[in-house]
Amino acid sequence: MIVEIGHFALALALGVAVVQALVPLWGVSRQDTALASVGPAAAITCFLLVALSFAALVSAYVRSDFSVETVVANSHSTQPLIYKITSVWGNHEGSMLLWVLILTLFGALVALSRNSLPMRLRAGTLAAQGLVTVAFLAFVLLTSNPFARLDPAPADGQDLNPILQDLGLAIHPPLLYVGYVGFSITYAFAVAALIDGRIDAVWARAVRPWTLLAWVFLTLGIAMGSYWAYYELGWGGWWFWDPVENASLMPWLAGTALIHSTVVMEKRDALKVWTILLAILTFSLSLLGTFIVRSGVLTSVHSFASDPQRGLFILGILVFFVGGSLALFAWRAPLLRQGGLFAPVSRESALVVNNLFIATACATVFIGTLYPLVLEMITGDKISVGPPFFNATFVPVLVPLLLVLPLGQTLAWKRGDLLGAAQRVLAAFILAILVALALIAFSRGGPVLAPLGVGLGVFLVASALFDIGERVVGRASGVQAMFSRAIGLPRSAWGTAFAHAGVGLTVIGIAASAWSSEAIGVLKQGESLSSGRYTITLDSITPRTGPNFRADVARFKLAAGDRVLAPIEASKRVYTARAMPTTEAGIHTDGLSQAYVALGEAQADGGIAVRFYDKPLILLVWLGAVVMAFGGGLSLTDRRFRLAAPRRAQPRAAIVQPAE
Amino acid sequence: MLIWIIFAAMTGAAVFALLWPLGRRSPDAFADTADAKSLYRAQLGEIDRDLGRGLLGAVEADAARAEAARRLLRTAEGEPELAGESEPALRRRRAASALALSCVPLLALLLYGALGSPSHPDQPLSARLQSVPSQQDFELALARIETHLAANPSDGRGWAVIAPVYLRQGRFDDAARAFAAAIRHDGTSADRLAGLGEARTFAAGGVVTGEALQAFSEAVALDAKNPRARFFLAVAKEQDGDNDAAVAALRALLADAPPDAGWTGMVQQRLESLAPGSTAGSTIASLPAADQQAAIRGMVDGLAERLKQGGGTLPEWTRLIRSQLVLGNRPAAIEAIATARQRLGQDAEAVAQLDALAGELNLREPQP
Repeated sequence: MIVEIGHFALALALGVAVVQALVPLWGVSRQDTALASVGPAAAITCFLLVALSFAALVSAYVRSDFSVETVVANSHSTQPLIYKITSVWGNHEGSMLLWVLILTLFGALVALSRNSLPMRLRAGTLAAQGLVTVAFLAFVLLTSNPFARLDPAPADGQDLNPILQDLGLAIHPPLLYVGYVGFSITYAFAVAALIDGRIDAVWARAVRPWTLLAWVFLTLGIAMGSYWAYYELGWGGWWFWDPVENASLMPWLAGTALIHSTVVMEKRDALKVWTILLAILTFSLSLLGTFIVRSGVLTSVHSFASDPQRGLFILGILVFFVGGSLALFAWRAPLLRQGGLFAPVSRESALVVNNLFIATACATVFIGTLYPLVLEMITGDKISVGPPFFNATFVPVLVPLLLVLPLGQTLAWKRGDLLGAAQRVLAAFILAILVALALIAFSRGGPVLAPLGVGLGVFLVASALFDIGERVVGRASGVQAMFSRAIGLPRSAWGTAFAHAGVGLTVIGIAASAWSSEAIGVLKQGESLSSGRYTITLDSITPRTGPNFRADVARFKLAAGDRVLAPIEASKRVYTARAMPTTEAGIHTDGLSQAYVALGEAQADGGIAVRFYDKPLILLVWLGAVVMAFGGGLSLTDRRFRLAAPRRAQPRAAIVQPAE
Repeated sequence: MLIWIIFAAMTGAAVFALLWPLGRRSPDAFADTADAKSLYRAQLGEIDRDLGRGLLGAVEADAARAEAARRLLRTAEGEPELAGESEPALRRRRAASALALSCVPLLALLLYGALGSPSHPDQPLSARLQSVPSQQDFELALARIETHLAANPSDGRGWAVIAPVYLRQGRFDDAARAFAAAIRHDGTSADRLAGLGEARTFAAGGVVTGEALQAFSEAVALDAKNPRARFFLAVAKEQDGDNDAAVAALRALLADAPPDAGWTGMVQQRLESLAPGSTAGSTIASLPAADQQAAIRGMVDGLAERLKQGGGTLPEWTRLIRSQLVLGNRPAAIEAIATARQRLGQDAEAVAQLDALAGELNLREPQP
């Protein structure tokens, strides 16, 4: 009965969402507050119903109710409890329900944030959000129903895809979905502003926390997914330019541009139309990502989700929301009041430069992802666009952006002083050059670009630190004064410094991967294999039995030169229900570096094929992302009222130009 | 019934939550301009605080104040006219209430009615395992043992339990594997070796192959009296064309049989078919293997034909079903079960036994 209650709750939620989409909108257009106040009530009701539905599905998985079709297809009675729960969203139907759950959760949060939102904006936003909810609830119910029943119930399930039986599945999709879906709120805000025809600093202030929240979670979700692929797939790589990864990178890039442009909008009341467009594009890219992953237009490591049947439905949703909002934009945007004017050398101009570069980078990823699909559709030729394309297009766009980032960070609002800014980043630049030179001297004959990349990363980290340092030390004297200045600095300033330093850390990690080395060999007991700084010696291979798998575990001794480190265990598992093998890479973390062992096939003569990597500073790749997300979180907690104040009052000689 | 009461309560609660704000007194107009004004006032306050903390110089603070004041003035320009009159507002509320009252229950019922299965109870695994054994639980138990064995392939006892079940179900290759695994992990015994031989024999379409013969010989070496092994050794002799030796072996088997042995009838039958004068058996036995198969098939087909004409007792049907399965003709066995169920429909007990047989032999129609 619980299952059926969950099913009914989902159908009921669709009805409530229809009301949420229609009534508040009517209220806004008629200036009727009573109708508008239905919005929050409907959003909260809708969330409660979907939550009930999700809870019912979780209970079906936990109790191994094999009369539910998705439970049979994705779960097994011998799974440990945690994987029974994660199996809920380890498949198409359940993950779409999780998507809708998060969507309605955001709706409920908007409904509850009564004090920070103007009532009119809130009603419009909830209506737009209700429309998105209707579309996705209909999609779940009509094409991907997680509550379909089976009679008679089979004796046991078919188990979850073994690659997904990992803690990564407990963390990665929820984080990613909060990110994706969080941008639906920004989108709803943009649509509401367009319908209403009013957009100002109040709007920017209202949108800012939601954008930051979505961005923080998307950052963490992408980083977590990357680390998961790194240790689970056993290839030793952490980013494959796989279309599914690109699908998450595109909204991230657009979202990054968005959080920067909303700052300009809040502080300077400018860049309005562009910000609205970005908000629409960001969620459109999220939807595009959903389409790419869920429709089955491509086969990739995420192909567990593919089903061509559903493609058309999602394509319909995509066309309606992207096309509809862009049409609305074309119609209403010219009516919006243009923003203020600003000088070419100023923080806001620097942020425009940032937006241009990021938008271009996003476009290159977009082309690289969609071009092969379109080509295949038109000509039937299958081509794959891989790292060479992105190295040749994405990287050249990103590097100049990162080079000017420290400059923009120190420029003042309204009227900046380029020479002064250059002086302020000079110290960081010199430090970066020194580090790069030292590395070139030290690693003679190694990859050429790696030291330069590390130098760039050091430049970013150092300039972020120096910038915050200067603001703390500044003109103050004495520890007491410095401390109080550090406390007094807005948290968003700290957030900026952390986020930019995080970018630097990631850049260092990526650059350092040029020094990683790989060794492949067939080892028998007692034999050794060296890669980079590390050597492994095969100690033993023993069988082991898990709750729903059998494994052959290989133990290796690990040494770095004379230093003996903790032993590494790598294993090959066979999940019995699906008779499907997986590899579990053995990883030893040594400072920020890792030694990585993946097992290959067992050989007839008793040896086992082994791939062994030395990955210097690899952890920085993800640590940088975590630091970025932490910076975003710090900024999120800063609810000050912002207004740009020029740093120095200079004569008004600067050339003034329109913002858009 | 209970579930419909719950659905009605859920619908009622949802609709009430939507109607509630419509019934309350709400502010006469959107307070948005006030929002904008308060934002800029708050900004002015923030500037003063920053000035106090020394984060902002006096000159910068003045500039910022001027900016905030400029924006504050601008918000005052576009004050929207207020909506006031109450008669249309009242009608709008009624329309919205009607929408909520109709759209929510209708959509939910329509969708759930098309997609849901309200009469389908939950079937959590723990409850199914505790419920009264029925035919389906035989499969459940079998599946549990299979899962257990998949995870613990060295559990010889488990294999020993499941092997005869496979044999009865006609899954002869699985049965042979299971017997072999039981012998490997839990030690050998005459019964297990004989079972292994039987499984191999049936897997080869009823011919005692060299491998099967070896198993039977080892079984007899362990326990000279093992009836099953001795029976199949006799069949092997018969298939070699040595009818006399076969008859002698079967006679010896009968002589050793305990009085309550259930298998004497079958040995007797075989013996009669071999005895001089009996036509069917001996002729079949003297044929080459392929023809033997055809001859047996002919007999089974004859039985099938006769039962098709009408009548037939439960034992006859059972024999036909089992024979079809042994001959590897699964569809015919399934068809026979269906016909038998139709024919014996009056007799509830017979139908129950047929169902049990179907479950045991894994012959239930493919699940929808």
